[in-house]
Amino acid sequence: MGAMAHVLAVNPVPARSQMGSSLGFHIILACFGISFAAVTMTAEWIGIRRGDAAALLLARRWSKVMAVLIAVGAVSGTVLSYEMGLLWPGLMGRFGAAIGFPFSLEGIFFFLEAIFVGVYLYGWERLSPWAHWWSGMPIVVAGVLGAMSVVAANSWMNSPAGYTLSHGKISSVDPVSVFFNTSTPYETAHMLLAAYMVTGFLVAGVYAVGMLRGRRDRYHRLGFAVPFTIAGIAAPLQVMMGDIIARFIEHNQPVKFAAMEYVPRTTRDAPEWIGGIFINGHVYLGAAIPAFDSILVGFSPHTRVIGWDSVPPDRRPPLATLIHLSFDLMVGIGFFLLALAAWQGWWWWFHRRLLVTPWFLVPCAISGVAAVAAMEGGWVVTEVGRQPWIVYRVLLVSNAVTPASGVPVTLGVILVLYAILTVVSIGIPLFMSRRWRQGAPAEEETEQVPYGPSQTHAGISPDRPPAVRRTSSGGPETR
Amino acid sequence: MSPSPDTIAVAAILIMVIAAYALFGGADFGGGIWDLLAGSAERGKAPRDLIDEAITPVWEANHVWLVFVLVLLWTAFPPAFAAIMTALFVPLSLSLLGIVLRGVGFAFRHTAERLRMQQLTGALFAAASLITPFFMGTVVGAVATGQVPVHPVGNVVAAWTSPTAILTGLLFVAACAYVSAVFLVPEARQRGRRDLTRYFALRATAAGVVTGALAGVTFAELSVSSPHVFAGLTGIALPLVTISIAAGMAVLGMLWVRWYHALGLRVTAAIAVATVVWGWGLAQYPYLFPTSLSLRAGSAPKASLVGEFVVAGLALLLVAPGFVLLYFLQQRRMLVAAETDADLRLAAQLERPVPGQPAAASAPVAARVTTALVLALLAIRAIRDVFSSPDRR
Repeated sequence: MGAMAHVLAVNPVPARSQMGSSLGFHIILACFGISFAAVTMTAEWIGIRRGDAAALLLARRWSKVMAVLIAVGAVSGTVLSYEMGLLWPGLMGRFGAAIGFPFSLEGIFFFLEAIFVGVYLYGWERLSPWAHWWSGMPIVVAGVLGAMSVVAANSWMNSPAGYTLSHGKISSVDPVSVFFNTSTPYETAHMLLAAYMVTGFLVAGVYAVGMLRGRRDRYHRLGFAVPFTIAGIAAPLQVMMGDIIARFIEHNQPVKFAAMEYVPRTTRDAPEWIGGIFINGHVYLGAAIPAFDSILVGFSPHTRVIGWDSVPPDRRPPLATLIHLSFDLMVGIGFFLLALAAWQGWWWWFHRRLLVTPWFLVPCAISGVAAVAAMEGGWVVTEVGRQPWIVYRVLLVSNAVTPASGVPVTLGVILVLYAILTVVSIGIPLFMSRRWRQGAPAEEETEQVPYGPSQTHAGISPDRPPAVRRTSSGGPETR
Repeated sequence: MSPSPDTIAVAAILIMVIAAYALFGGADFGGGIWDLLAGSAERGKAPRDLIDEAITPVWEANHVWLVFVLVLLWTAFPPAFAAIMTALFVPLSLSLLGIVLRGVGFAFRHTAERLRMQQLTGALFAAASLITPFFMGTVVGAVATGQVPVHPVGNVVAAWTSPTAILTGLLFVAACAYVSAVFLVPEARQRGRRDLTRYFALRATAAGVVTGALAGVTFAELSVSSPHVFAGLTGIALPLVTISIAAGMAVLGMLWVRWYHALGLRVTAAIAVATVVWGWGLAQYPYLFPTSLSLRAGSAPKASLVGEFVVAGLALLLVAPGFVLLYFLQQRRMLVAAETDADLRLAAQLERPVPGQPAAASAPVAARVTTALVLALLAIRAIRDVFSSPDRR
């Protein structure tokens, strides 16, 4: 290990950028891996229980989208496990024995998820309805436990525990303490709720758009209501969780907290900054609520909040502005989503009806994108806020990065690949939905349909004028 | 100094997992290779469809073995993992590129067929199936020849471009094609496709011969490039090597006499591949990198190893039954791509099969006849749905 520790003059920025973009991409798909099965199974449950064809149709279509997203997620997840070694051999060589345990557990859940995804996605036709429904249950459970395991590994980097070092090498490990480090309960709960919110609001947003375009049949109402309810239950829990976590970070990683809240110097009566850019000791374009940060931290304006002057400059996170604005974005969106959920909840409580006013549906249409932005903001806060440490107060990023040349090349390739993957991950479901909307049975599964598609029979949907389908999507397929 | 029992046990688990990935993951990669070699769109349609049907529901689960290999290696043998990942940065990145491209090909193939991009995604899928096993092979070759430094200060290009490493890469590709073709023979037979059974039996024989030849050359090359591993293969691991050769011969014999017994063929081919992997692992003993890094020096503290036992036990308890179920359902052909949703759509009243829209009225005669037929079929379906118990209740 000694030799590697000495090869230092490596610039970690390309590696950090690659890790950041890979994680930022994967985490969106991971949300679907964690929670989409639960959303789909809720619709399927309604469908089977009430003999509701619209709900069943939704579940079946969602499972098709799930097939695409989970496959891409499996691949981008593999990229991350490679990158742990390709980019951070200094971390894995030294601490692999400790951080490896949660990852190993995750391997089991990933296995279970992959196995039952195979059964669930391809079992629609030939399994009995309830057998099929139950085949999805392991995906839900494995999604939750797998997410907990991976996030526990990240928590360990924030609160390293459960190992002893002698001569710079790990001499003993306590896997249980590694897994249940002090950050684990906070981070895992936060991420699980986020996963349900991202999936719920994104899927609901699709049907909000449909309703805004006038398609207000049962199919669209249900397609909106099921995911929105799930995300709406998670939203208030998430806001509460966020408040608790902020106080925990102030206690656990005060320097990260200082960057989040613009606290340059340790002080009482610390103001709460909303927005603002930090340049040379001044906050521009921000609004300050006097002493509110101290109140949030300790319920009293006289609470002392630790500033980043408590550590030397080379131990402070860079880009305080990025960290603070990401934090504000996350909190702001959190409250926005909470308000949406509360509005619909109110309406349901007193009117037992779905809100379909554009005033409600337009914000709902963008709620999914907003939830993604909030989650990405949260990851920026936790990851950039931990810098310059890769393992908090134990190992510097610059001591963990690979000495191998070629990272700028792989960074470029990853960016291009992920750009393509993003376009395709969004494009394919969009394409599917357009085809579904045009509603031509023959178009959906050409090879299994006994009659050939014509050029003119389609384009009929309940609320759209009949249209002549373009030849490009309607001709007999050749394989 | 010999390694502790838990180190040996975890190393054994690691080798088993590698063998499992070589078998299941390898078979899926091999499917991609046969897809590549299936010829023109028309001629290759039947074998491509079979490959697709056989792999689609299971590839993701098979892929997870790789994640397990990585995780086990970094938890149980962290210094070896860090050294491999640093020195072999290039081939590992390339194999990862292959994995990404293949996954993309898989995820979007079925949709792409309707997007008329099937040739592009098909090519992506097939090319990736060559890249990944080849570069993984060079990685194994580099490790086996002991050319990975324990403390690398950057890429070590010479390690994975040695003749042995390149040969190992080619051997991996051939072995994937071989396993896949053997596995596809019973798949074709179960579907009653005599032509395809013969098709893949011929290819399995050819790939078997090529794999055997490549293995022989690699073996000879190892005597020069890695005396330790060669001595192991001809010493302690000789029984495993012998079993592998015997099993490989047996598969060729079965194919020759056209005894296409599903379980017999699969198990024998699996033995042929798995014993080679185990033999390689055993021949390296007691080294992670012959002869610079021993198992003892490279292993994690005891508790980490015990943790991996627990994980392996849990995997046996939870994952093994899952796999049995998955393969059972797949073999019983219970897992098929969903058919059309027309029945559900009708029931949900998203469809309004009302005759006489303007578009249809102005259509040419052939189109009108087709429309009429479609509507008639939809009506029949609707009536059938009303009078029989619906599909899903």
